Amino acid sequence: MRPRTFFEKVWEDHVIERLAGGWDLLHIDRHLLHDMSGAEGLSAIEARRLQPATPELAFATPDHVVSTRTGRTGASFPAGEPGWRTLQRRSRESGIRFFDLGEDGQGIVHVMGPELGITLPGTTLVCGDSHTCTHGALGALAFGVGASEVAHVLATQVLLLRRPEPMRVRFDGDLGFGITAKDMALHMIGRLGAGAGNGRAVEYAGTAVQALSIEERLTLCNLSIEMGAKIGMVAPDDRTFDYVRGRPFAPRDQYWDQAVAVWRALATDESAHFDLDESIDAASIAPMVTWGTSPEQVVAVDGPVPLPQSFEDAVKRRACEAALTYMGLTPGRPIAGTPIDWVFIGSCTNSRLSDLRAAAVIARKGKVAPGVTAWVVPGSERVKRQAEAEGLHEIFLEAGFQWREPGCSLCVAANGERVPPGARAVSTSNRNFVGRQGPGARTHLASPAMAAAAALAGAIVDVRRFVA
Amino acid sequence: MTPFVVLEGRAAALMLPNIDTDIIIRIERLTGVSHANLGEFAFESFRYREDGSADPDFFLNKPAFQNTRILVAGRNFACGSSREGAVWSLMQAGIRCVIAESFGDIFYNNCFMNGLLPVVLSRADVEALAGELTGGADMAVDLRQRCVITPSGRVVPFEIDPLRREAMLEGLDAISSTMRHAGAIKSWQARDRQERPWVWDTGRSLEG
Repeated sequence: MRPRTFFEKVWEDHVIERLAGGWDLLHIDRHLLHDMSGAEGLSAIEARRLQPATPELAFATPDHVVSTRTGRTGASFPAGEPGWRTLQRRSRESGIRFFDLGEDGQGIVHVMGPELGITLPGTTLVCGDSHTCTHGALGALAFGVGASEVAHVLATQVLLLRRPEPMRVRFDGDLGFGITAKDMALHMIGRLGAGAGNGRAVEYAGTAVQALSIEERLTLCNLSIEMGAKIGMVAPDDRTFDYVRGRPFAPRDQYWDQAVAVWRALATDESAHFDLDESIDAASIAPMVTWGTSPEQVVAVDGPVPLPQSFEDAVKRRACEAALTYMGLTPGRPIAGTPIDWVFIGSCTNSRLSDLRAAAVIARKGKVAPGVTAWVVPGSERVKRQAEAEGLHEIFLEAGFQWREPGCSLCVAANGERVPPGARAVSTSNRNFVGRQGPGARTHLASPAMAAAAALAGAIVDVRRFVA
Repeated sequence: MTPFVVLEGRAAALMLPNIDTDIIIRIERLTGVSHANLGEFAFESFRYREDGSADPDFFLNKPAFQNTRILVAGRNFACGSSREGAVWSLMQAGIRCVIAESFGDIFYNNCFMNGLLPVVLSRADVEALAGELTGGADMAVDLRQRCVITPSGRVVPFEIDPLRREAMLEGLDAISSTMRHAGAIKSWQARDRQERPWVWDTGRSLEG
């Protein structure tokens, strides 16, 4: 048999019918629904008088349009209330598991799926959200879809797709002190470009990836879409199985051994072909921070804001000029030392327990600088409860951070929460796009420790110096 | 879905790379129930100044581009968020075709679900075409013949997947088309329940 990549094996395991012209009818094992595209998809099939075909494979929770302030309800953000209500009503009517605000299970879809064991190795998973590639960290074949495709999956449990081309990014060597999966991903996107993986299925491999915890792998895979990739995956290993075992929806009893045997056989065959194969020296990665309005516009924190003329490509030069104007930065100046107004620690990229622990290590060293507003938004109800049990919330509150309720919050600013116009934010989220955190808001993406350090310093700062 | 066969009309160029779907439509415009009137919010952050007035430098605010039907854009157009509202807002602003060197993958799929035609041309072809559009010019896109006819009359062929082309030409509904395979789906699922029972065993309580 032809040597196959891990991605190809999972794909082929889910092909129901191979159609003409390279199109495959692919079974979808897991469908996550949230209060925007999930509610839209449910409404769309309701309008056509269709019922979800396989409700036991769908799981719903509100995250995008709900307030994250203490004491919130689904109605606290009035414009978001219809999405929350629709998701709640239609999920309950059609037998879809729904985790409501304040309940165990609620959270950002990409935090909730892995932590409940809904996301499993070797499964296909979709959600109407581009960061669905996150779930590849557990060895799932997961990708984001639009609202029409959400409706399509609800109605049929399949999608008609052409198989993406496989790509591999290897990280070998040891990460330096204070360097995280976030820095790996930003480094990669900066080097390869925001469109380098367009439509592809990326497998992350190499010793530095194997050494990552599952939560770190979730961060790495989460940012695949910022390189344009449809899918980002890590082949499941013992670390994956240890993570999955015992979670509420994980296989149990006699099914556990059966499942693990299947999952073990999924690893990429030796000499399998990747359409594109990139290699990155993990030891060369520094703490990263974005300077522009695309995740590819990123530098090491000890580097300078680039000069537009340093880009040979005229298109990149023009994009650099536009970004520097929007960001209000002076070319050639060190990025470190840039004063900031806001800090956001949260999002499907970096809101898990290990992220909050890393931020708390820094937060306990001081106070949020005067004039800086700093938020910590845990990724899920479960993360929030665990963090509180460890006393992390007290560390944050003591240092002057706000400790909030789980949701997407300032990552996407769909719920009335925004960074004010012109304000400069260091954010652990995934997109520094124009207006992403609110009209006119200026976003610098960085790791949780970097964000916490920036909150205390009142400026962008090298976390390595901060710790030392 | 609205069929797409031949489109003739005003074309405009927006040649920045990596224009993301947040720029095309801010998410707050999509939080409500109604997705009508999204057209006026397309490219909001480029189109309006801080005080809410129209920025006269942005193409959609110029008289020559009032009825833009075709957008020629920089590479990796509509990257980022999966929001289908990006497609809806462009269509409601009158745009039925976007031509670029490459597209965000989810946006590209969303286009075909709604009848907005995304055309991929080489970088050289996109740049040459953009060069013909500076003052405002009309051009044509012919999906049947798979070609773009530039304002100067050059015919530039493009490639498109045959199945997608047919669905666009006929305005086919994806769910109805897929439901023709309902039998195959059901038997695959029946077999899968035996082979991978753990995938289907989802009736759990969180405490258990």
